[in-house]
Amino acid sequence: MIPYWAVNFKYLILPHSMHNRLFYHIGRYFLMLRRIFNIPEKWGVYEKEFFHEIDNLGITSLPIVAIISLFMGAVITIQAAFGFTSAWVPLYAVGYTTRDSMILEFSPTIISLILAGKVGSNIASEIGTMRITEQIDALEIMGVNSRSFLILPKIAACILINPFLVIISMFLGIAGGWILGTLAGVVTTYQYVYGLQYQFNSFNITYALIKTVVFAFIIASVSAYHGYYTEGGALEVGRSSTRAVVYCSILILIFNFILTQLLLA
Amino acid sequence: MIELKNINKYFGDRHVTQNFSCSFDRGITNLIIGESGSGKTVLLKCIVGLVDVDSGEVLFDGKDFLKMGTKEKQNLRKEIGMLFQGGALFDSKTVEENITFPLAMFTNMSEKERNDRAQFCLERVNLKEAGQLYPSELSGGMKKRVAIARAIAPNPKYLFCDEPNSGLDPKTSILIDMLIKEITEEYQMTTIVITHDMNSVMEIGEKVIFICKNQKWWEGSNKTILNTDNKELQDFIYVSKFLKELKERSHL
Repeated sequence: MIPYWAVNFKYLILPHSMHNRLFYHIGRYFLMLRRIFNIPEKWGVYEKEFFHEIDNLGITSLPIVAIISLFMGAVITIQAAFGFTSAWVPLYAVGYTTRDSMILEFSPTIISLILAGKVGSNIASEIGTMRITEQIDALEIMGVNSRSFLILPKIAACILINPFLVIISMFLGIAGGWILGTLAGVVTTYQYVYGLQYQFNSFNITYALIKTVVFAFIIASVSAYHGYYTEGGALEVGRSSTRAVVYCSILILIFNFILTQLLLA
Repeated sequence: MIELKNINKYFGDRHVTQNFSCSFDRGITNLIIGESGSGKTVLLKCIVGLVDVDSGEVLFDGKDFLKMGTKEKQNLRKEIGMLFQGGALFDSKTVEENITFPLAMFTNMSEKERNDRAQFCLERVNLKEAGQLYPSELSGGMKKRVAIARAIAPNPKYLFCDEPNSGLDPKTSILIDMLIKEITEEYQMTTIVITHDMNSVMEIGEKVIFICKNQKWWEGSNKTILNTDNKELQDFIYVSKFLKELKERSHL
């Protein structure tokens, strides 16, 4: 006879309800993705939505990305300069450190986390509100594939525009480090620029952009999932929005680790 | 014509629609009435496929909607217009864009043709000046009229209205009711209206179905409803003191 613990082995790892919920959400998420990547009813209408989303999700995020990148670059430069007190460490290492910190981690990951907050909550609350006000039902009744119409332009826009935001963030972060670093007198322009050029590996940019594209997909699709399946009223829209940001952030950190292991290790 | 055969719907243990069978004719306004929570909206959502039916048949001109594939359902839905309780207008689009949206999505009409059609539909609902306004700038009655204009823009064969006059004053309610009746006759649509407003029943109820205790309880028209001896329906109709007094006076 099979012992009880063997039959219920899976319950030893996770409680029953958590098992069900986890697989239910994963299954529903992938079923949603299958419906999203259908052939659009009319490309022209989707194209219009796509450009609208580029503006709504991408261009409007530019100011926050610019401000944060500029100051983070400056802070990394000053911290690096104060950290390198040993005579064995040349001051051009400040530029080198700022460059690699911005390219490898800050711009792709931290900016994606910030975008998960701004763009993710925007997507979840917009779609969630459409759900509770029956606008999604109205789309379905018209014969429109609502998942595809609402979510595909958002995913495409995020995948296209986020790498641009991240490249801008890299430039502004490095520029912020140079401007404020030289103004604060912690590094000279020559030392900083020499450090920026020192042992530059262009694959780091490729690595950062691959991460950004994956994170952009996570931000748009996971937030849209939480918004699309909102049930209830305004309170639930708020909860969906919060859940979207939390799950996006966690998934970004998990995939950051996986991609770093795959691409750099 | 729409036929329902033995429709059953459960939410967990709750049997919200019980063996519902009836037919809705073309060119007349078919009303489904009943108390709040009696399962009217669920039934309407079952008919259009927004809620999955547990058993039964939903026949649109003889074709079973429940046995159709996704593509077939999408094609049928292009022939459906629906007026939702809150209007369900797209917030990010102007009134004109709301109306032209289904046309842009499913027809090869040029932009000018679409705008002309939108203007025609807006004139039909007496809102010809509202094209460039956003839904947030409209009153409740105007939203309902725009929703009607959007529903009729693609010339649907079937029109569904979920409580079209809820939250409206009696005068606007009658205007909306009359508009629904007129367009039903004009375009020979199969129209189903969900309501619990007795004014609507008396104005446009050419066929009336009363739902009580989650099942079909009575079927008739606005001409026969006041003389019914069905106790539950009488309780529903004569719930107000005003109507009770009217009834008593008419008996005297």
